[in-house]
Amino acid sequence: MSTRGPVATHRSSTGIPAGRLAVWWLLASEIFIFGGLIACFVLFKLNGTPGFEDASETSVVAGAFNTFVLLTSSLTVVLAHAAVERGDREKAFTYIWYTFAAGIVFLMVKVYEYSGKILSGHTITENLFWSFYYTMTGLHALHVIGGMVVMALISFDVRKGYNYQRVELIGLYWHFVDLVWIFLFPLFYIANF
Amino acid sequence: MSEVHAHPNYVKVWYWLVILLVISTLGPMLEIPAITLITAFGIAVIKALMVAANFMHLKFEKHIVWFLFIMSLTLLGVFFFGVAPDVMMTEGDQWIDCIADNSCVEQRL
Repeated sequence: MSTRGPVATHRSSTGIPAGRLAVWWLLASEIFIFGGLIACFVLFKLNGTPGFEDASETSVVAGAFNTFVLLTSSLTVVLAHAAVERGDREKAFTYIWYTFAAGIVFLMVKVYEYSGKILSGHTITENLFWSFYYTMTGLHALHVIGGMVVMALISFDVRKGYNYQRVELIGLYWHFVDLVWIFLFPLFYIANF
Repeated sequence: MSEVHAHPNYVKVWYWLVILLVISTLGPMLEIPAITLITAFGIAVIKALMVAANFMHLKFEKHIVWFLFIMSLTLLGVFFFGVAPDVMMTEGDQWIDCIADNSCVEQRL
């Protein structure tokens, strides 16, 4: 069996390629991971739990910049998908690595933020706000790292002409990572009341 | 490979997302909580829908994917409202203020 070109078959019952359906299932499960944490955060905030006023200690500029970076990375990864659909392997490869670079920038800003907060004494055990902050942004950062590793692996296959469909799959995952950050940004950086 | 459908103008979608990001960042400067809520969370929902519809191609996706997401969000709502009374309604004899009297810490030790 040839390994070149698309390999995923359509499920007769859904009409969706098996790989893409699997990614949608994965993302549905991720809704419970991040959604559950966000729901608990909102409940404690609405309840007036002490410590949540510390949201004013986070840097709106850093949060907004990282939102911009992730939105831009979503654009580059969807452009990689569009390029691979046109059969333009080199352009797809380049766009995937633009997305990878955006992930690096995002993580660098997170490291800058974490180190600043820890040096100021805001550690994960300080209060419930910081527990949520480090848990949710840390879990999100792990998802970013995971996505970057897979993206890097996929890029070389694409350049050689293998497994084009995986660009769309990693793109779906990456957009979801972006979606999660879209909600973490107002929770941790903007809603200081 | 995905099915054939017209691609949205991705760059145009990105422009709008950046404009919405700027509005959501500037909103809190008015220091009106209601406006902050709308500009922060209202715009977050709009941005999320724009990313899902255009970048994730959800608007071209089969109904089963919509069903999957609606079910997930519905179950998340069940979780939210199931847990809410435990977090929000802590009055009554069955509740103790762990932080004030340190009793929970002692129980765990």
